[in-house]
Amino acid sequence: MSTIEERVKKIIVEQLGVKEEEVKPEASFENDLGADSLDTVELVMALEEEFETEIPDEEAEKIKTVQSAIDYVNNHSND
Amino acid sequence: MQNFENKVALVTGASRGIGKAIAELLASQGAKVIGTATSDKGAAAISDYLGSKGKGLALDVTDSDSLQQVIKDIEKEYGSIDILVNNAGITRDNLMMRMKDDEWDAVLNTNLSAVFKVCKAVVRGMMKRRNGRIINISSVVGTTGNPGQVNYCAAKAGLVGFSKAMAKEVAARGITVNCVAPGFIDTDMTKSLNDEQKQAIFDNIPASRLGEPAEIAAAVAFLASDGAAYITGETIHVNGGMAMV
Repeated sequence: MSTIEERVKKIIVEQLGVKEEEVKPEASFENDLGADSLDTVELVMALEEEFETEIPDEEAEKIKTVQSAIDYVNNHSND
Repeated sequence: MQNFENKVALVTGASRGIGKAIAELLASQGAKVIGTATSDKGAAAISDYLGSKGKGLALDVTDSDSLQQVIKDIEKEYGSIDILVNNAGITRDNLMMRMKDDEWDAVLNTNLSAVFKVCKAVVRGMMKRRNGRIINISSVVGTTGNPGQVNYCAAKAGLVGFSKAMAKEVAARGITVNCVAPGFIDTDMTKSLNDEQKQAIFDNIPASRLGEPAEIAAAVAFLASDGAAYITGETIHVNGGMAMV
């Protein structure tokens, strides 16, 4: 069983088409990983699916870096 | 003739008039069609005419919560929605100086705000599949204006701007967003116009007749087809020449 961190990183790699080593905790999706705003929306959708949760818009807007995505899932996951 | 086999279409306001013609045409070309109406009676009428090709659902498009639930239920039963036709609309005509706030609000809520809500609920599935067709039913009077209809004209013109902006946001995901702007079509809605209004309109239609609901449906079916993949943010006017824009 992968850890939450590994699963989040895997989704980021798949969604944004970036290399695993680029997905550092402090990396910003838009500034460092080449995502546009719509890519970020889709990334949140993918996280919702993977972790079977619904992320409210006001929370989704705060998910801008790899670490913030991991933190969100850690704080809200039922796993 | 388009082929909509294995496609799921959602048509709002499908119990009669233009919405019914659209639902029937998409169904006849193979789509599984979900048509909505505000009443259970309207929904039953839709189920009746669609038969095995789809069904009618009661839905108040201005109610966000029930809207999201209905979209989820549809996607669970039929799969993700491929074609969305926002057709539901109302009129509350009055001279601007006499128009009540509730007449203004009712038309803006149903004809414009609800389109935003339905699109938001449906577009997620389209984004995932990198494919989708959204067709919003505007109106010629959104372009030309019409006395007694500041609310309706504002909402219908609003749909054009909405569609263009949304089209730009989702174009890279294979989703198109277009409008069809009917002129004067032979439906219950135009029957409620008074004779003076009708005569004034009729004098300005080069084709010298009202349009048929099926003639609007044909334009919608084209925009919904695979062949229209490169058309987005556009408005097709279907009005017998009354406004060439």
